[in-house]
Amino acid sequence: MDDVFHALANPIRRSVIAHLGRGPASIKQLAAPHALGLPTFLKHIGVLEDSGLIETEKTGRTRVCKLKREQLLAAEKWFEQQRKDWEDRYANLDHLLIQLKGKPDED
Amino acid sequence: MKTELQFDFTVDNERNTITVKREFAAGRALVWDCHTKSELLDRWFAPKPLTTRTKSMDFREGGHWLYAMITDEGQEFWSRLDYQTIDPIDSYSALDGFCDATGALNPAMPRSRWNVTFADMGAHTMVNTMVAYGSPEALQQVIAMGLEGGMKSTLERLDELLLKIA
Repeated sequence: MDDVFHALANPIRRSVIAHLGRGPASIKQLAAPHALGLPTFLKHIGVLEDSGLIETEKTGRTRVCKLKREQLLAAEKWFEQQRKDWEDRYANLDHLLIQLKGKPDED
Repeated sequence: MKTELQFDFTVDNERNTITVKREFAAGRALVWDCHTKSELLDRWFAPKPLTTRTKSMDFREGGHWLYAMITDEGQEFWSRLDYQTIDPIDSYSALDGFCDATGALNPAMPRSRWNVTFADMGAHTMVNTMVAYGSPEALQQVIAMGLEGGMKSTLERLDELLLKIA
């Protein structure tokens, strides 16, 4: 259920996520770009579904997949926070370096 | 000083790593000192509004840095960085970890490995920091905890703002 990063640690599954980022799609549409047997491809879909990143729904004879955005957003939000932390901490370091270099006996 | 300093932040989902590359307008020896001397680390390491306070620093292979990041209200978040390899002034590697004020590690939380390298870029210095988690699950766990903390601090900031407006 929480295993978002395991799900994202595979190029096929990342490409499925990228595809679904443009809107819902059927299994057939999602599988088309990949040279994989259907059972293998369905296993990837299963992993994505278990991770909570996507949900699937059967309409008539086709199964349609769509993104569950909140899971992806949570990970993105964390990475964004990390990026901001590093930016802030390094801005502090820029100021410190200016102070240290400014001391006449240290330059 | 308004020159644009290079900054790259990359996430690699396949290898569970974050890589941060940043240029600094100073020579390598000084930038190295800022990363490895606790009295200097205390002046920049925590992102604002947090501040850094070192409890102990033993900068040698097998030694560690024990420090807290402290909020305005005085709440302390303790971490330690265990140095594994040190090659002055080129690189060091270390294991980070969440701990308590005595340095006892929180066994429930995964640790990440830091590889930090320092390179000349003319008169400037390029610092490359790679933070690697052992598995997708480890990264997921840290994210779950980080988001909890992050959301809390956002809510606290909102409380402050509401007090000011009221």
